[in-house]
Amino acid sequence: MDFDASIPIWMQVATCIKTDMVTGRLPPGEKLPGGRELAVRYTINPNTAARVYQELEKEGLVEMRRGMGTYVTDSPDRIQALRAGMARDAVRDYLKKMASLGYARREAAAMISQEDEKC
Amino acid sequence: MLKSEAVTRMFGSKTAVDQVSMTLEKGHIYAMLGPNGSGKTTWMKMAAGLCKPTSGRILFEGEPVGVCSRASIAYMSTEPYFYNWMSLKDVGRYYQDFFADYSGQRYAELLRSFELEESLKVKTLSSGMMAKAKIAVTLARDAKVWMLDEPFNGIDLVARDRIKSAIIESAQPDKLLIMSSHLVEEMEAIADRAIFLRNGQLIKEADIETERTENGCSIADEYRRIYGAQGGTEA
Repeated sequence: MDFDASIPIWMQVATCIKTDMVTGRLPPGEKLPGGRELAVRYTINPNTAARVYQELEKEGLVEMRRGMGTYVTDSPDRIQALRAGMARDAVRDYLKKMASLGYARREAAAMISQEDEKC
Repeated sequence: MLKSEAVTRMFGSKTAVDQVSMTLEKGHIYAMLGPNGSGKTTWMKMAAGLCKPTSGRILFEGEPVGVCSRASIAYMSTEPYFYNWMSLKDVGRYYQDFFADYSGQRYAELLRSFELEESLKVKTLSSGMMAKAKIAVTLARDAKVWMLDEPFNGIDLVARDRIKSAIIESAQPDKLLIMSSHLVEEMEAIADRAIFLRNGQLIKEADIETERTENGCSIADEYRRIYGAQGGTEA
């Protein structure tokens, strides 16, 4: 995986894992790789890998069970909320980008349906 | 774990390392950065107990480094140091004789992951193969401290990833890893601390993820900021 070196790497890996949760590739209650395995899998520093799980735990998305490992939350509601939040962020990013190109909100919104018809 | 106290090293009238004071802690991977001639190799050689500071001292677990600490500190220099007549299998046996912490099994595992045959003769190795063999034999030691001088030099992209994986596997919480490189981009994701040296002096020590979080700054950005006047990084 190629990282953007100016954004914290734990954040980029956390986003990957969140995406896997939302798409169902990582279902609720699924066991996640250990911290060291995560480090090797993404070729990142082991301390950074540990941070990924700490931050996901703070957000209530994973559960670290002592001596057992780290698990995806077994609450489907939390994952639904995560999905909604990520979708909201995507829309905001889109609007921000369109605004920087000089498009009004209404034009930006209209372009979505125009492009949608083409693909 | 390693403490450098006002370490200075002169070569004639030239100061290679100039009053470097820092403490390196276990459980971290340090990227030692700086252009050629900034003192990285000289500092590592002193930490490895291979040459002495002109003044100041380096402590390993509270004791000055020297012959004893060599049993716990594995150092990979940039120069090739195997005999031409050896096969890679012989290189392993040679290490076995020298270091109590050497594991033949780990060596074989690393050679396999770097796609090197044990039967290869040192004199037939390409520079990239030699670089990989040096890393394999160094990481095959279960040292407390590993110092790798320019581990990515002359190594292709695919092999670099394998080397990074091997480094990450070695980086246990009770171990200290120090890598020098001018290939800054290669260090971004695997190192968590950065040490910047310039003209033998310690310019800055930084926690890499903290730099990213607080300043939106990669180590390459920081490198350009510090050394900009002396030219950028190499790809």
